[in-house]
Amino acid sequence: MIRVVDLQKSFGGQQVLKGINLELETGKITTIIGGSGSGKTVLLKHLNALLRPDRGSVWVDGTDIVKLGERALNEIRRKFGVLFQGAALLDSMTLYENVAFPLREKTRLKEPEIEKKVESSLAQVDLSGMGYKYPAEVSGGMKKRAGLARALVTEPEIILFDEPTTGLDPLLGKSIHQLIRKLHNEFKFTGVIVSHDIPEVFKISDRIAMLANGVIVEAGTTEEFMASQDPLVRQFLQADTEGPLAVL
Amino acid sequence: MSSFIGQIGRYAILQTAALGQTFLFLLSAFVWACRPPTRFRLIVHHIRTIGVESLSVVILSGVFTGMVMGLQGYYSLRKFNAENFLGSAVALGILRELGPVLSAFMVTGRTGSAMAAELASMKVTEQIDALYSMAINPIQYLVSPRVIAGLISMPLLTAIFDVVAIYGAYVVGVQLLGVSSGSYFAGMELSVVFKDVLSGFLKSVSFGLIITWICCYKGFNAQPMATGVGQATTESVVLCFVMILVWNYFMTSVML
Repeated sequence: MIRVVDLQKSFGGQQVLKGINLELETGKITTIIGGSGSGKTVLLKHLNALLRPDRGSVWVDGTDIVKLGERALNEIRRKFGVLFQGAALLDSMTLYENVAFPLREKTRLKEPEIEKKVESSLAQVDLSGMGYKYPAEVSGGMKKRAGLARALVTEPEIILFDEPTTGLDPLLGKSIHQLIRKLHNEFKFTGVIVSHDIPEVFKISDRIAMLANGVIVEAGTTEEFMASQDPLVRQFLQADTEGPLAVL
Repeated sequence: MSSFIGQIGRYAILQTAALGQTFLFLLSAFVWACRPPTRFRLIVHHIRTIGVESLSVVILSGVFTGMVMGLQGYYSLRKFNAENFLGSAVALGILRELGPVLSAFMVTGRTGSAMAAELASMKVTEQIDALYSMAINPIQYLVSPRVIAGLISMPLLTAIFDVVAIYGAYVVGVQLLGVSSGSYFAGMELSVVFKDVLSGFLKSVSFGLIITWICCYKGFNAQPMATGVGQATTESVVLCFVMILVWNYFMTSVML
């Protein structure tokens, strides 16, 4: 269980998060939606302490990670896998080396075991036989899948997805969503997806939360969320330019 | 008037804080270098990129620097009938000043800029965040090996620069302009003392530190946008050049 309590964060005098309260249930996929620049990625980066809040706390399995030092934080981070928006693969390494990297760095596994795990992870994301390629040599979709393989290879309890389908065509986006669902069914991880790919992302989500004006304006199961009468939620779901939600 | 003073004060505080951050960055690079795991393979890799890959440009600049020193030295010394001191003048100039400074400039241009651009690009594309998220400290993985490699590579490159520059001056002074080979080397042997070599060595080590420190810091703290990469690269090169010249004067004045 991840619990976010009164999380506040400002950048250069602009308050992006104004007191986020949110619970992310274990074993479920929760999607955080919201307009561009609403602070979704900022919120996501607080969940594994890539960013530190100005105020508030983030509880991961009963530990407030905001107060942790580097060493204890690294122990908590081992529970997480992250799929970054641009996949964030290390460009100096092949896809295989990228996926093997967390195993080589953070486990005592022997090379044959690492090879087995990496090949298996690459196969799960349909990248068998592509491990020798460098990130610069593959498409955006393949990068995302390799990033997903890297996030999965350590079998983390929690996986954070930062806009997993941004920059992909609808078919590729759908295939990434299906892949996330398939892997979730297999590994039962706690998933947190930041996306504005609606309604597609709803199909793979157990719960939805909407971030607007620096706070969570609505959170609930997908059905509850779809039935919400909150004017901000309605406006966003209907992509209406008129309404309480500021549109630039 | 008071707002003007306030602005100066704010600027001074910001600059002092930035300076403090720069030193803390270097300190953490050394602290992480001492912690396991030892990144021996990465250190060797960066010795190759900083040292081996800069070799050609260092040799080329060394040869021509030596040749022009041979020409200019001969032209100046001939006015006093002192051409026989050419070896001495060239060796002292190269070993104490030009060797460390020019090879540091070459490494800054060749490798320092690439280092800053690479780290800035990693920052922009969230690769540094990815390392954090995998519980790998990016300072230990990216910065410490580069700093150690810089400390090892720079004196070696400077030594090579010194040798080829002295040979370049020999070719011009002795082979082309007719200075006696014996007096060229004898003058060198008589005037160069251990302190001169030590001075050049210490300078080159400190320049290796300055280049890797500044370039890594600027790359690591680049603005997370496309222009951030270019800005980090330009700033790191300019700052390295300035710091090398300032620090060179300071070390020369101490080690005279």
